[in-house]
Amino acid sequence: MSERRHVRVGVNGVPRDGLVEPRRTLADFLRHDVGLTGTHVACEHGVCGACTVLVDGEPVRSCLMLAVQSDGAEVTTIEGVAPEGGLHPLQQAFRDCHAFQCGFCTPGFVISGIAFLNEHPSPTHEEARHAASSNLCRCSGYAGIVEALELAAARMKDGA
Amino acid sequence: MKLGRFAYHAPATLDEATEILEEKGSDAAVLAGGQSLVPVLAMRIAQPEHVVDINRVHGLDAIERTNGTVSIGALVRQQQALVSAELRAACPLVCEALPHVGLRETRSRGTVVGSLTHADPAAELPAVAVALDGELELRHGGETRVVSAEEFFVAPFMTAKAPGELAVALRLPVSSPGAGWSFLELERGPFALVAVAAGIELDDGGRIADARLVFAGVGPGPVRAREAEGLLLGAEPGEAVIAEAAEIAVRGLEPVSDVLASASYRRHVARELAKDALAQAARSGSPE
Repeated sequence: MSERRHVRVGVNGVPRDGLVEPRRTLADFLRHDVGLTGTHVACEHGVCGACTVLVDGEPVRSCLMLAVQSDGAEVTTIEGVAPEGGLHPLQQAFRDCHAFQCGFCTPGFVISGIAFLNEHPSPTHEEARHAASSNLCRCSGYAGIVEALELAAARMKDGA
Repeated sequence: MKLGRFAYHAPATLDEATEILEEKGSDAAVLAGGQSLVPVLAMRIAQPEHVVDINRVHGLDAIERTNGTVSIGALVRQQQALVSAELRAACPLVCEALPHVGLRETRSRGTVVGSLTHADPAAELPAVAVALDGELELRHGGETRVVSAEEFFVAPFMTAKAPGELAVALRLPVSSPGAGWSFLELERGPFALVAVAAGIELDDGGRIADARLVFAGVGPGPVRAREAEGLLLGAEPGEAVIAEAAEIAVRGLEPVSDVLASASYRRHVARELAKDALAQAARSGSPE
């Protein structure tokens, strides 16, 4: 009844093939079929944001997209954001601002944050606060995350 | 939770899609943006035998303006609509409301039409569709019928769309260029506690020639305040008449009390938002 289907997805620039049940979410495909476990799965219905990835450059909840729907797409996960041997400026800012404690939500926040900074290279404080409200963090309390978004924006502008 | 098993169909044409839907009827669910359906499947609130994914159907992803009407196809993403200069020029209210719809991350895939067919009583876009006298284009097999947005929303999460039917587009009349619009919302997380869509058009003499006032989150679906709209016609948009209109409008509302807010608080918020939205709409129009 639910035949497996072949998919080919670009993940962080590498073509990945898989044979998946249609009910397989993109999040589970990345974790279980591709073996990239940096994309975290918590609520599994789009609320928490831990599974956020970029699909063709757009931020999406990978738990709300079927793997079969990503056939032919280019996906960026947390494993694909840092330059070789370094950190993405937003990852560095998270570290500098103590923007995480347990770190479970961090991959989703970083991906959401990268998409946000692409669209808002000079965010206001209100915009950064609003952006941070898209994902759930249950330990740090968001202040550090907002600070990290603003710090990364400033550094990325200086570096540009 | 993980999604239950289903047979997956990914038709490439509209005919193919409507044929499958006609055949499977209520055993099939339509998958467009997936931002409402996939949670429903993951929580197993519904377990359709068939999922018809329309994402590969050609011709449904366009915003088209012809002869005073804008058509928003079933695959137009909320984010795509939000940044569309053409849509903003034609129907500014839609673009005023869209930043309140879900999150940036859900707007990437969530569709405008999908938000209408989901018919969450707190959703913004149903109120916008009603405020703009929108119409839904529904296809069943080879037949197309058109239903006004006002008739489309039947009850919470229930619409006039019959099993086997596919909503292919939302049609909106192009708004009068002189009209002013406002969309205000009190948010609780990504959802609206109360939201208000308002529109005001002034005539040459500065009197109200057209008024729209629709609420979300305070009834079983979008609630259009026709009596309040009628009161505003012919008046100058002063504080007193706007306050009176808002008062009349909220008298007709039947908000619920729940863990988030009491009914009387919701009514209070609705009244204050209505006043602000009407005043803002009156200010933002440009009488010709």
